[in-house]
Amino acid sequence: MATDPILSVRDLQVTFDIRRQGAWPWTPPMKLHAVGGISFDLPAGECVGIVGESGSGKSTLARAIVGTVPMSGGSAVFEGQDLATMSPEARRRHRRNVQMIFQDPLAALNPRMTVGEIIAEPLITHEPKTPRKEVKRRVAELMERVGLLPNLINRYPHEFSGGQCQRIGIARALILKPKLLICDEPVSALDVSVQAQVVNLLMELQRDMGLSMIFIAHDLSVVKHISDQIVVMYLGRVMEQADARTLTTRPQHPYTQALISSVPVPDPVLEKARPRMVIEGELPSPLNPPSGCVFRTRCPKAQASCAEARPEMLDLGNAHTVACPFHEVEEVLAVQA
Amino acid sequence: MSLLEIENLTVTFQTGDGPVNAVNGVSFGIDAGETLAVVGESGSGKSQTAFAAMGLLAKNGAATGTVRFDGQELLKLSNRELNRVRAQEIAMIFQDPMTSLNPYLRVSDQMTEVLQLHKGMSRKEATAEAVRMLDAVRIPDARNRITNFPHEFSGGMRQRIMIAMALLCRPRLLIADEPTTALDVTVQAQIMELLGDIRTEFGTAVILITHDLGIVAGFCDRTLVMYGGQIMEEGPTNDVFAAPSHPYTRGLLKAVPRLDREEDSLQTIAGEPPDMSRLPAGCPFSPRCDQVEDICPMTRPALEGFDGNRRRACHLNVKEVA
Repeated sequence: MATDPILSVRDLQVTFDIRRQGAWPWTPPMKLHAVGGISFDLPAGECVGIVGESGSGKSTLARAIVGTVPMSGGSAVFEGQDLATMSPEARRRHRRNVQMIFQDPLAALNPRMTVGEIIAEPLITHEPKTPRKEVKRRVAELMERVGLLPNLINRYPHEFSGGQCQRIGIARALILKPKLLICDEPVSALDVSVQAQVVNLLMELQRDMGLSMIFIAHDLSVVKHISDQIVVMYLGRVMEQADARTLTTRPQHPYTQALISSVPVPDPVLEKARPRMVIEGELPSPLNPPSGCVFRTRCPKAQASCAEARPEMLDLGNAHTVACPFHEVEEVLAVQA
Repeated sequence: MSLLEIENLTVTFQTGDGPVNAVNGVSFGIDAGETLAVVGESGSGKSQTAFAAMGLLAKNGAATGTVRFDGQELLKLSNRELNRVRAQEIAMIFQDPMTSLNPYLRVSDQMTEVLQLHKGMSRKEATAEAVRMLDAVRIPDARNRITNFPHEFSGGMRQRIMIAMALLCRPRLLIADEPTTALDVTVQAQIMELLGDIRTEFGTAVILITHDLGIVAGFCDRTLVMYGGQIMEEGPTNDVFAAPSHPYTRGLLKAVPRLDREEDSLQTIAGEPPDMSRLPAGCPFSPRCDQVEDICPMTRPALEGFDGNRRRACHLNVKEVA
């Protein structure tokens, strides 16, 4: 990579204090390690996808980068500035460069504001001196860009369908011309036919506006489609990281393999013929994670040594890293060009 | 004769904006031991079709047409008679297992209630049977865990409990309404595998209602595609996926990103899901169809058989759908 990454995350940790109900006030709170040491680089203009099941810490990671959840360790350097040590003034500037869109498009919009007000709000907050005419022009321009008719500007969110609400959310996130867009499960609440529209829109916008993106989702097929690089998370830790094609065609970590094997493919012939690797059980409690490798309780390749120490991140070259000493390529999917 | 035979089913809801037809003249059947997928997006009427057949419509809804189970008309049954059918012949599992289980009752109480009421078992017998069923859905340590409350189980385990409960009276038909939508993919794979095993073990016919074409591909013999409360096409799963005969099915299949393919951009179906209170007089898909013709918004295409065991509702010639 020739250019410096726009965002460089190193060993980022987020810990929550959990107080048991009925615990004495002086007992120290339990620590929940939602994100336990994540590192990745996001080159400018690229998209990194983060996949994992619920409880894997992917949303918390996004929130830590935006700054709505405090980091408890590590660093996230955005354009040369560390977010953890940023001054409040610098943080304000940072916020306009990093915008986020959310899973539930209707819940993310204030029901008592019109679409025009919702989209204009970030602009008015960060550039209060912008003339009203200019605000209106930019809102209308952006609405058209995301595929909403500008004459809907005075409508309220409940008058729109899920897909349209997500477009409003995207317009609101883009009005400040951010450099980094974080999408937290942006399409999982949408219908299949609308999902494709929103994914295409995001990819177009990324290309046209030179956006860098972090795309968080549980659906590996969507993440693979949109991302250059994919990080697979499990219980707050990175299991495997590679470019999208390598990760889906030549996965090395048993968890990635199980994940890929679990994703159904809409092709009855292939679906019935392909090898299945169904892993047992469910995600353990993050309050009491397994020792050593967090995946070992469900891993088909687990051995006694897995319980002893946290596996090292092994570098396989070509920016492909895997946290498993017993890694090997497994053909879980036949990919057609 | 089919196990369940639905003919010209229409479901109408009385709403503040006047009557709305959620399901519009739907006819299909399912044979004993068969697996049928009902595919559609939100608002396609796929769930309401099942709810109407089970007598579970909301108070402002009414169903017309015929629903025959094993020759018996279900729509005319009293609640009392329907309860017998619902427990012993047809069972249903829902999307969110937490809201379907009673949070105040232990799992054992919820499960044995059915057996005591419908099979006249003693509490002891019923508990033994419930434990056997929990074992069958692979709940570890079922004997001890049966006295737990629903919130003490994880999402996947709760769905297993729902499946066990549905199977208690050995129904001949299981209707699964988006059974894995609320679950993670690895757990979804476990539940689908379990449903597959149960189908072979108990010989239960399954109607799987879903929006996920991937699950359908791996699980179902026959696929029925719904849009706007009507059937768009129906046929053996392999044929429907290999050669969709309706522009909507074709569009849906192309709109899903696939893990096993490299594509630059996804093909989309333009427009938004239909407003059920303002459907066109003709084909409900016509406002979004890229092959729409003059006749489409005016006249509703008939659901006609072709290729032996397939049906489709489209004015276009099969060969023109490309």
